[in-house]
Amino acid sequence: MNLALSDEQVLLREAARGALSRFKTLEAAREALDGHEDALPDLWPMAREAGWPGLLIDEEHGGAGLDAFDAMLVLGECGRVLASIKLLGHLAATAILNEAPAGASLLADLASGEQRAAYLPVKPPDDLAQEWTVDARVGSKREPAPSGGRGAPGEQVRVSGELAFVPDAPGADVLVGVAMLDTPQGTGGEPTGVAIETSADGVEVEPIMRYDATRSLAHVSLKEAPATVLDAPQSSLAAAWHLAQALLAAESVGSVETALDVSLGYAKERHTFGRPIGSYQAIKHSLTEVLRQLDNGRSLLYYAGWSRRGGPDEFALAASAARSVAGRALDQAARTMISVHGGIGATWEHDAPLYFRRAQLTRRLLGGTHGATDRVAGELMTAATAA
Amino acid sequence: MDLDDTPQQAAHRAQVRSWLEEHASEAPVLNGPDALQDEQEIIAARRAWQGKLAEGGLAGVTWPKEFGGQGQGPIEQVICSQEIARAKVPGILDAIGVGMLGPTIIAHGTDEQKSRYLGPMLHGDEVWCQLFSEPAAGSDLAAVQSRARRADDGSWRLNGQKVWTTNAQFASYGLLLARTDPDVPKHKGLTMFIVPMDAPGVTVRGLRQISGEAEFNEVFFDDVALDADAVVGGEGNGWATALTTLMFERVTIGLGSEGLGYNSNRFAHAIATNEDARRDPEVRHVLGEIASELLAVRFTGYRTLTALQKGQVPGPEAGLAKITIVNGAIRAGELIADVQGPDALGKDSEWAYMISFLPGLKSAGGTEEILRNTIGERVLGLPPAPRLDKGIPFSELRSKEAAAA
Ligand SMILES: Cc1cc2nc3c(=O)[nH]c(=O)nc-3n(C[C@H](O)[C@H](O)[C@H](O)COP(=O)(O)OP(=O)(O)OC[C@H]3O[C@@H](n4cnc5c(N)ncnc54)[C@H](O)[C@@H]3O)c2cc1C
Repeated sequence: MNLALSDEQVLLREAARGALSRFKTLEAAREALDGHEDALPDLWPMAREAGWPGLLIDEEHGGAGLDAFDAMLVLGECGRVLASIKLLGHLAATAILNEAPAGASLLADLASGEQRAAYLPVKPPDDLAQEWTVDARVGSKREPAPSGGRGAPGEQVRVSGELAFVPDAPGADVLVGVAMLDTPQGTGGEPTGVAIETSADGVEVEPIMRYDATRSLAHVSLKEAPATVLDAPQSSLAAAWHLAQALLAAESVGSVETALDVSLGYAKERHTFGRPIGSYQAIKHSLTEVLRQLDNGRSLLYYAGWSRRGGPDEFALAASAARSVAGRALDQAARTMISVHGGIGATWEHDAPLYFRRAQLTRRLLGGTHGATDRVAGELMTAATAA
Repeated sequence: MDLDDTPQQAAHRAQVRSWLEEHASEAPVLNGPDALQDEQEIIAARRAWQGKLAEGGLAGVTWPKEFGGQGQGPIEQVICSQEIARAKVPGILDAIGVGMLGPTIIAHGTDEQKSRYLGPMLHGDEVWCQLFSEPAAGSDLAAVQSRARRADDGSWRLNGQKVWTTNAQFASYGLLLARTDPDVPKHKGLTMFIVPMDAPGVTVRGLRQISGEAEFNEVFFDDVALDADAVVGGEGNGWATALTTLMFERVTIGLGSEGLGYNSNRFAHAIATNEDARRDPEVRHVLGEIASELLAVRFTGYRTLTALQKGQVPGPEAGLAKITIVNGAIRAGELIADVQGPDALGKDSEWAYMISFLPGLKSAGGTEEILRNTIGERVLGLPPAPRLDKGIPFSELRSKEAAAA
């Protein structure tokens, strides 16, 4: 039993913090909201220099061969400063490719960051629904996953489908995800990994900005798009979804850390009625509530980070629980940040609105915090009745 | 990062497991149709079982060997708790003594006290209780008024009252915080004593709780004579000694939370057996929220263990886990009662007992408000609220309060 970070992990985190501190990410986030999208610094060259694109790719393919928890440490640092960095989609995509010999030829360029991938988020079945589904463009009803024809690993098939709010798809070179491919038994039967080049005919990537300019999103439309069939095991296709949940959780926990730090600083400094506001219980207790949720979130990051390799049967539960707690923590932290700051907390020039925007959009992406919470219940009830 | 046992820990676990397999049939049965009914019988059986656990090395795991413990680390302690839970047998009866009061005596007691009291405590031959809270001193523990006066021969006379004292109804000894000098500020004039519960002048009266059962008590002291060697940690050092107990209380609560049975699997099972509830999105959502937080606490426990292994002492943030567990269990009780209806509140329902127990548990071992104050100040570094009792002799303080009322 040892949940301490290794020396390498501490170094990875420190290096990430140092590298990100060279950019004015928060100012850029605000300017971008005002319509100056070019205000967002391009963080990809920095990510490449740091070796982040290859974090989850095996060393034999040019990656660092690290695990989920290491990637989560980096995402946490990005979350602290609301960095607009296209890592989430890339990391989840490379996690699938790394398990697919048929996609191995793509890995070297993705590991170096010469090319960038984005993950097509397709939600695996749970205890109630047997289908693989995608987020809808409008509303919360889930839509069917993309589908396509028959093909052996390495072969090309045609895939069609719509995916809404795909993280980091704008500008990506390759899309990696799941499509329901025909089998000898019938059509659209088998969830299968696919890799699709965005330059191909039939692929449309429509960038979308919603509420938080730092979050790169696109609606992806596939019309008979040529896709390489991957031989990644089905478990890795589901695991990619859970990995994305865990990465979002880590990023959110990072944002909570900053929101709490900034709020604490103000609570110690701002005086009313002759006392620092942090000496009032209403303020003190609301900040300990943020700490409580933050601490729970942190603990679940360990669970999720450990379970991907250490207890794969629990990865769905662990990652969903992390996402659930972290999403709520971020909302709580952002709202508390605003209220502790009083009027200036609600002012455009302050950073609090940026954390608030991050919280509101992020909690609705990739099946939503809500969906993750539901999966926690499903996973536990399945286990409870099986035993 | 890993959650696996080291080869040593695995060996320890195997040893504990085989001991439990061999002895589980000797454990008292507390649930189900064959459960013991008579209160006295239950206590006697649980004391005997504690003795067996101690002999098997499953109690007092972290106590030094010279006092009958195993001299092992917190991890081994947790392994024992996990295996005891897995074997579905009761743990020790005197968790307050072995977890909090014994370690306080080990830290502050004299050699004579250690050799006289620790062995029988560990084996359940003498159960202990924590005589700290009083009617006018719970959160504000340093306001205790129980008064011990020294006689010319060095012995003490004790007068006063304690309240909400868990296990006092069958305890042999209590660790008691008393005021020995009212003319100095309130944290300074305190002394810790060992009190025999059968001493003349000690009266224990059961207090019933929400469940209807009487698991705690009020205890009266009427000119109780105590020997000079009843003092633990030195005269006037009662506050420092009490803080040690409260520190071990945090460890006990932090690491023992799973032992309370407030865990996500148990609650999930209660919902899953109801097919409609299982499919109800709202029920699932509430269950998912509760369960996520309770799972988090399990890993917070593992983080605490990692820190303990490195020799770090758990700080007040351990109180966050208590807040999460108690509030999570309260919400779970709500959800289960909503799903099961009035049946959940039936006389023999495990849920009725849990639902009744939790509002009190919110106060026990530090109320939520006090925990949030402490964590806000000591962990987050927020400034304390202004106090009106600093530096004022206790005797003046009381007359001020009386005048203001
Ligand atoms: C089931 C149970 C078992 C117990 N077992 C034991 C035992 O074995 N031994 C023992 O010594 N004690 C025991 N206790 C007592 C327990 O420690 C006290 O009840 C607890 O410390 C609260 O003290 P109090 O009851 O005096 O409440 P008070 O301190 O009077 O508090 C009343 C209310 O005021 C709030 N409050 C008080 N001060 C502040 C403040 N500064 N800021 C904000 N809010 C404040 C509290 O949070 C609470 O809501 C037990 C209690 C229970 C319920």
